[in-house]
Amino acid sequence: MNANDWIQIALSLGVLLLLVKPLGSYMALVFADTPNNVAPNKVLRFGQGTEKLLYRLCGIDSREDMGWRHYAVAMLAFNLIGLLVVYLLQRLQPWLPLNPQHFATITPDSAFNTAISFASNTNWQGYGGESTMSYLTQMLGLAVQNFVSAATGMAILLAVIRGFTRRSAKTVGNFWVDMTRSTLYVLVPLSLVLALLLVSQGVVQNFKSYVDVPVVQTTTMTEAVKDAAGNPVLDAAGKPVTKDSQVTTQTLPMGPAASQIAIKQLGTNGGGFFGANSAHPYENPTPFSNFLELLSILLIPAALCYTFGSMIGDRRQGWALLMVMSLIMVPLLIACTSAEQVGNPALSGLSVDQHATALQAGGNMEGKETRFGIVNSTLWATYTTAASNGSVNAQHDSFTPLGGMIPMWLMQLGEVIFGGVGCGLYGMLAFAVVAVFIAGLMVGRTPEYLGKKIEAHEMKMASLAVLIPCMLVVVGTAIAVMMPAGVAGVANPGPHGFSEILYALSSASNNNGSAFGGLSVNTPFWNVLLGICMFVSRFALGIAMLALAGSLAAKKHVPVSAGTLPTHTPLFVVLLACVVVVVGALTFLPALALGPIVESLMSAAGH
Amino acid sequence: MSRLLRNSLMMLVVMTVITGIAYPLLVTGVALLVFPGQANGSLIVRDGKPIGSSLIGQSFTEPKYFWGRPSATSPQANNGMSSGGSNIGPTNPALTDAVKQRIAALQAADPGNHAPVPVDLVTSSGSGLDPEISPAAAQYQLGRVAKARGISDAQLKLLIAQATSGRQLGLLGEARVNVLQLNLALDALPAH
Repeated sequence: MNANDWIQIALSLGVLLLLVKPLGSYMALVFADTPNNVAPNKVLRFGQGTEKLLYRLCGIDSREDMGWRHYAVAMLAFNLIGLLVVYLLQRLQPWLPLNPQHFATITPDSAFNTAISFASNTNWQGYGGESTMSYLTQMLGLAVQNFVSAATGMAILLAVIRGFTRRSAKTVGNFWVDMTRSTLYVLVPLSLVLALLLVSQGVVQNFKSYVDVPVVQTTTMTEAVKDAAGNPVLDAAGKPVTKDSQVTTQTLPMGPAASQIAIKQLGTNGGGFFGANSAHPYENPTPFSNFLELLSILLIPAALCYTFGSMIGDRRQGWALLMVMSLIMVPLLIACTSAEQVGNPALSGLSVDQHATALQAGGNMEGKETRFGIVNSTLWATYTTAASNGSVNAQHDSFTPLGGMIPMWLMQLGEVIFGGVGCGLYGMLAFAVVAVFIAGLMVGRTPEYLGKKIEAHEMKMASLAVLIPCMLVVVGTAIAVMMPAGVAGVANPGPHGFSEILYALSSASNNNGSAFGGLSVNTPFWNVLLGICMFVSRFALGIAMLALAGSLAAKKHVPVSAGTLPTHTPLFVVLLACVVVVVGALTFLPALALGPIVESLMSAAGH
Repeated sequence: MSRLLRNSLMMLVVMTVITGIAYPLLVTGVALLVFPGQANGSLIVRDGKPIGSSLIGQSFTEPKYFWGRPSATSPQANNGMSSGGSNIGPTNPALTDAVKQRIAALQAADPGNHAPVPVDLVTSSGSGLDPEISPAAAQYQLGRVAKARGISDAQLKLLIAQATSGRQLGLLGEARVNVLQLNLALDALPAH
């Protein structure tokens, strides 16, 4: 790594940390817990009129407080209806307006996968945006889910926080109010600002049809000839027949991209407007747009730690969780950057210059953009998989074996290192419950966390939250490698092919959405398998956490005593980090050994 | 049950109106007013017609042009309708083969230039539409283009400098040269 790498890493993390407190305090005001959800402060009184009108339209009683079951049912009903609408929009798009490119209907399996993907805040994409989805589908289907799936994550987090703050209570809050306030006060204003900043850098935002331009130099392209059924035509020797044609024009894709990219980054969604996601120059045109998009990946998840501390009345607890996240992420970020900056040993025997100089970034540039070079690509790869964002600005499939293992492992850690908006923090709280339980076992006392006793029921729910994604990854990978339809999609030979499958399952089962893109996943097998993983992980986890919230809220407060384990100290920070790392390492080391680790050894040995 | 359905459905309708219609329209309106060029794709317009975008790379294979990043889009390189990278893994022999071919093509166009090739000039970009190359990659091609065009190195260096952007704000990203703008400037030079 060179000086430039260090400076850009420090700048990115520094600005993020500076914004944690202001945004965190603001969100604490927005999410203030008051009887009947009346507006208790200036911030909420500002939007009171809009909120009231909205609740009246929807027939919602905002003063109602819900028990955890009621809250879970409302959350599920809202998300399932959203999922159905996204499915129908895709299936019906040729007959609906705002489809200037006349895209056809999406196949049932792909529509099923995409609907779950966007409703579950995963944004796994088996399709290429510029050649499949109409503007209407992108706006009314995908973009809306970008907002409401992130807002759902925040709502569940708020219920869990109330589990800690409320005493002997039967209720955990009102889902509709939590969801609405998350959207109106946090996601929409931040997105508006970000979208306009992105347009200033060159991100497109219009409703025009695609623009054809004449190219400066005519080139020749070679295309395989296909018969009427779409199969390649073979000659007498069995080789595919090809034909040459002249390329004289280039089609430039257009569309309302900036508005969607803003929320895709802020809501830890990650679904690109274009196929290449944030590597696309129309999606991420300059280093400054890249800086802003990077910042927005971690902004809300990091600030929510502060909000959490503020809401439970002990800010040190929030800072402690933020420290745990940073403690795990920063070393992995440095490892990933070093691996990529060194370059690819396979090219070192050729007449190629991979050294970083004042005139080039050097390193492993396959699948990376010139304006981002190495450090901005690895910063992105680390942020996007630490948080469950899943957008990319470089192709992870072409990373060096160890450079690519780091994003994969960050997802496998359960998306709790910052994690998704809301869901990252509630996932981390599940790990915290496990950590105090382990500490309790060691000292022989009943474990407590934030003034609530942790008993068998809480441990069961927390364990479910920790283990469900692990199980989905491991079992899903096993199924995929045993099925011909699973292996058929692999693009690279050897252990890297296995890594592609493991990455896909890790991504879907932790609601991340990034991919080793070589794997062909737009097939019925992959669409269905990954769809199921995304659905179970998101909603089973959400329900387990709401059940945890319900049982915590019903408990009395335990006053701090000499025997209470303090959970804001460096000791606890290290313990919690160890628990997260050990669960991730024990579960996935065998699988990682078969993929990236063996590939790295082969690469070093010159194979 | 029916109340729950009504709540959910209406909430989705209201959220769709706010986040799916009002929000993108508001952004589009302000964007077209304040940043019309950028919002419409940073098009390069000549004689009233768009002839390219400064953000989207085009393919160049003739010696008299600077070549951009290799592009893995199909069926043709730099296909705006199908962005994406090669997704070839680091140990895949296909990667080494592709790099060897690109080195061979560069050396065939510029016999006598045996300098190591800057890595970005022989590896495909993430989007397949990368509009830029590193200053090292431009410098590597300088001799070839100068010879093919019969212009001096000094004149060419000036044009490269005009198409070069440093790190943004002096800190962010990497220095880079816009290939399409550079080649358009070359074509605009008066003929000898």
